[in-house]
Amino acid sequence: MVAAGGTVSHPAVALNGLRFGWPGAARDCLDIADFTLAAGERLFLHGPSGSGKTTLLSLIGGVLRADAGTLQVLGTDLLALSGSQRDRFRADHIGFIFQQFNLIPYLSAADNIALPCRFSPVRTQRAGDVDAAVARLAGHLDLPANLLKRPAAELSVGQQQRVAAARALIGAPSLVIADEPTSALDAARQAAFLDLLLDECASVGASLLFVSHDLRLAERFDRSEALTDLNTATEVAA
Amino acid sequence: MRLPLWHLTLASVRNRGLATALTLIAIALSVTLLLGVERLRNDARASFANTLSGTDLIVGARSGAVQLLLYSVFHIGDATHDVSWSRIDALRGHKDVAWLVPVSLGDSHRGFRVVGTTADFFAHVQTGDRQPLRFAAGQAFDGVFDAVVGAEVAASLGYAPGAKIVLSHGAGEFAAAEHGDKPFTVTGVLARTGTPVDRSVLVGLPAIEAIHLDWQGGSRIPGVEIPAQFVGKFDLTPKRVTAALIGLERRSTVFRVQREINTSDGEPLLAILPGVTLDELWRVVGVVERVLLAVSAFVVAVGLAGLVATLVSSLSARRRELAILRALGAGPGDVFVLLMTESVLLAVAGCALGVLLLWGLSAALSPWLMAEHGVQLVARFVDQSELVWLAGVIAAALLASVIPAWRAYRYSLVDGMTVRM
Repeated sequence: MVAAGGTVSHPAVALNGLRFGWPGAARDCLDIADFTLAAGERLFLHGPSGSGKTTLLSLIGGVLRADAGTLQVLGTDLLALSGSQRDRFRADHIGFIFQQFNLIPYLSAADNIALPCRFSPVRTQRAGDVDAAVARLAGHLDLPANLLKRPAAELSVGQQQRVAAARALIGAPSLVIADEPTSALDAARQAAFLDLLLDECASVGASLLFVSHDLRLAERFDRSEALTDLNTATEVAA
Repeated sequence: MRLPLWHLTLASVRNRGLATALTLIAIALSVTLLLGVERLRNDARASFANTLSGTDLIVGARSGAVQLLLYSVFHIGDATHDVSWSRIDALRGHKDVAWLVPVSLGDSHRGFRVVGTTADFFAHVQTGDRQPLRFAAGQAFDGVFDAVVGAEVAASLGYAPGAKIVLSHGAGEFAAAEHGDKPFTVTGVLARTGTPVDRSVLVGLPAIEAIHLDWQGGSRIPGVEIPAQFVGKFDLTPKRVTAALIGLERRSTVFRVQREINTSDGEPLLAILPGVTLDELWRVVGVVERVLLAVSAFVVAVGLAGLVATLVSSLSARRRELAILRALGAGPGDVFVLLMTESVLLAVAGCALGVLLLWGLSAALSPWLMAEHGVQLVARFVDQSELVWLAGVIAAALLASVIPAWRAYRYSLVDGMTVRM
């Protein structure tokens, strides 16, 4: 029932009539009629704060469960899975990068990169030799080897974001979700980081859902969507 | 457990080094206290119970039964009255009495009690599980100025048969009260028993009379000095002794003989059954023991509360960490297990540290306890009753760990992958 990583038969994300409202809230905070992220596609999702982007990413990640509609991620119907099955699915198939504070501060950079393999045998298997995979990804993302043994808390923000990208990519997940990963970086580093991220996603064949409020980045992507257009819920929460 | 979280747990514990170390020390100390109280209690009972066996009755001047037992056998406290020798002699002739060992206390040798008695002491006094006294070297006293020393006396003062010793009047606080004119010769050293006998200097009853010939009322009679070589010219039959240990022909007569002694006319005497009186003592002490145990249990509770407080207060700073774990695929249940593991790991490590500490302490303190209080504390890791207590502590720790674990579980449910702080 779970799609194998990298197959092109299923879109990475396909949702229809998806609705979600926080318990106790009068109105839905998310109501999306139709949205698709094709396999291997690199999509820029323009999401200013308050557009429901955190909620959408939590639904796709399986941390939240939609109230109505259909939500297929990599061909798997997330609404049909239990909470722990969704946790497992997320561990096996999705890599996340957040705005900042992505890392466990007391683990070394290398341990942070390898962390998804501790949670997912599937990703461990795909990574093969985990140490070698860590070294390879670190090399691709311009992380010097001597940095890898340092605790994550000692790295610069730019280095931390590259470690986070390496962690999202280890074990070749089929879908990478990046939530404002460049907003803590200065302009020069933003471009460099984006290059590395797009290259690596292409090389592992992962679809990329890149959410940002910074429209200047949009031109680097296959396609661009605005969450405010997708989400028709009249009143939206952050 | 689905996730191999050990790695994370250990790294997280190491990360909060100081708080972790302090929590560990608090738990370790509380466990040491709890097990220490329990161990001291058990060992004290065992050493008291092992001190005397095979003795059916102890007879002394009428006072409290516990008091008589304490001063006659355990050398704790002093007798308020003596028993006249004629009564002791009469008891020795009683048809049901198999043997009688008189005991005369009141002198000391460099902090060790001097016990005036007869050579029957070595034949009849038994310790532990009816173990007779054995000589490690030499033999029983024979002459008036012969002495036998216990194992502890010999070891701490370096005595061997042939050594010359001087006894002191009373507990030996004043140098002027020394019986320096009448030195004794050590003729034998007893094998170690783990009882007050080890800390005794045993001499014959005539010796006690002899060293007090020129004494009256606790001090030397001015101008009177009787040299040691002339004491033989005096009647050295004791006039009074402190107490007597009695063995009966048949144990079944013990209550009858006891009643006979206790109700006899004339000089008021008290006969006690050592085992029964010891039970009486434990009933009195038992209240204190239970209070002590309760206090140490509370101290353990305080230690565990400290553990919970440390973990709970660390949690708000770790919400982002929990959110990251969620993004990586950890479920709320995994987060619960992670915190449980961390908490229980600390508690178990604290217990282990406490047991080690207790072992070290009991090894270090047991000579002092033996010398000062006659309690034989055996240095050991844990015995069965202590394991039960330890299991209780760990069970309590498990229960307490639910608090931080449940909180982390709630956080990870509410926060999901993102923390708004």
